[in-house]
Amino acid sequence: MSAKVIMTADEMRRSLARMAHEIVERNRTIENIVLVGMHTRGFPLAVRLAANITSFEKIDVPVGALDFSLYRDDLPARSLQVKSTAIPGSIAGKVVVLVDDVLYTGRSARAAMDALIDLGRPEVIQLAVLVDRGHRELPIRADYVGKNIPSAKDEDVQVCLTEADGADEVRIVREED
Amino acid sequence: MSGKETVSQAGESVAWRHHHVLDVDDFSTAEIELVMQTADAMKDVLSRPIRKVPALRGKTVFTVFYEASTRTRGSFEAAAKNLSADVVNITAQSSSVTKGESLIDTLNTLEAIGADIIVMRHPLSGAHYCAAPYVKANLLNAGDGWHAHPTQALLDLYTMRRHKMSVNGLKVAIVGDIKHSRVAHSNIWCLSKMGAKVTLCAPPTLLPAGMDDPQGRFPDVNVTTDINAALQDADVVMCLRLQKERMQSGLLPGLREFTSGYQLNKERLALAKPDAIVMHPGPVNEDVELAGDVLHGPRSMVNEQVANGVAVRMALLYLLSGSKEL
Repeated sequence: MSAKVIMTADEMRRSLARMAHEIVERNRTIENIVLVGMHTRGFPLAVRLAANITSFEKIDVPVGALDFSLYRDDLPARSLQVKSTAIPGSIAGKVVVLVDDVLYTGRSARAAMDALIDLGRPEVIQLAVLVDRGHRELPIRADYVGKNIPSAKDEDVQVCLTEADGADEVRIVREED
Repeated sequence: MSGKETVSQAGESVAWRHHHVLDVDDFSTAEIELVMQTADAMKDVLSRPIRKVPALRGKTVFTVFYEASTRTRGSFEAAAKNLSADVVNITAQSSSVTKGESLIDTLNTLEAIGADIIVMRHPLSGAHYCAAPYVKANLLNAGDGWHAHPTQALLDLYTMRRHKMSVNGLKVAIVGDIKHSRVAHSNIWCLSKMGAKVTLCAPPTLLPAGMDDPQGRFPDVNVTTDINAALQDADVVMCLRLQKERMQSGLLPGLREFTSGYQLNKERLALAKPDAIVMHPGPVNEDVELAGDVLHGPRSMVNEQVANGVAVRMALLYLLSGSKEL
């Protein structure tokens, strides 16, 4: 197994700051934004994006957590654990920015959008991801991307966050046979 | 059973090993926790405006009941439908069982029709264990004779935990016909695993043998024929239905003797802790094992148990649907 660091803690911090600026720039009415983190690592990223927006714009942005396990289409591969979905207030009429660590096949984003729409009718759904590694299987693209990382299918992109893993880092890992 | 590892947020992995759910006796505490956590998520789904998720879309759940049931069958059907499964209900009275088809043949027929999950209740203890090796679909025990009723035990545990945080160290008094109660049997397993102190209370003829053996399988279970001792300082009081057949078979002299000695009423409930909750798996014989004012009183969890049953059964259907074939 070989691992290569493709994003350091500093790079991650800068990427998130830029993405926060882009979210503000794209959405004129930031009062209407709700950041929704996709379990598991999307949630701490959403919290960090919200903290960035608060420091630039002096406005509190609501942050929610979304578990979309019950909406997945890949039953055998899914994680069995269903975590809680907690979104402050109603998302009806809001600009919801879905936040995830890695965008890969697009199936998680599809499931998350279905889960979200069952909770209410947002005005707009946007997608923010720290890493876009390609290999889409659905017509889905991200609105805000921290870093585009071309990867091979047999590689694994691992996002480590202080909140969950003790340190900030993105690695690309290849299983060697 | 096929192993399936899932990694939780904290990083520890929880194994779900069950292809069938026959009783709770072979559940690890981690698996029970996984069911409880999943039930929380399902409870969350039930509180939303759209109480349906697509998790079991394209799956078919058969309910096969060889015995009457309102809440268990209805609750499984609602649970499966909330997960977008298709549900087919079979009752023994209107099936080929009346023409002499065997249990295993019946279940294999349902598989051939397309059953992915079979929820079965059977009047014979162990019927599911006999059939399970021949069934590829997931088999879920909804009650077998006097033996087990695992989903009831799990929904009872879930209900207790919603009111008491943890059941570890709680005194749970189970009062009534313990001997013939599959609910009591599964609850004894489940509660003992989770660290509760279980006290069983019944007339001597309705107590199972060997439960008061400190060297036995359940050293922490107490057995008494004195309801006052059982209720003293209890955190949870669980009453069981008294079946009329017990009088006919000579185990009890009459209804009045039972109610005067073992009915849970207001006066007796005062012996329990002030915040004690009252549970009953239903159906209730009002004013037999449980006095009407307690049944309809503020400490009664009877309807909440039924509501929680939907969430817990959704959790089990979901977890089973993710398990692989044997």
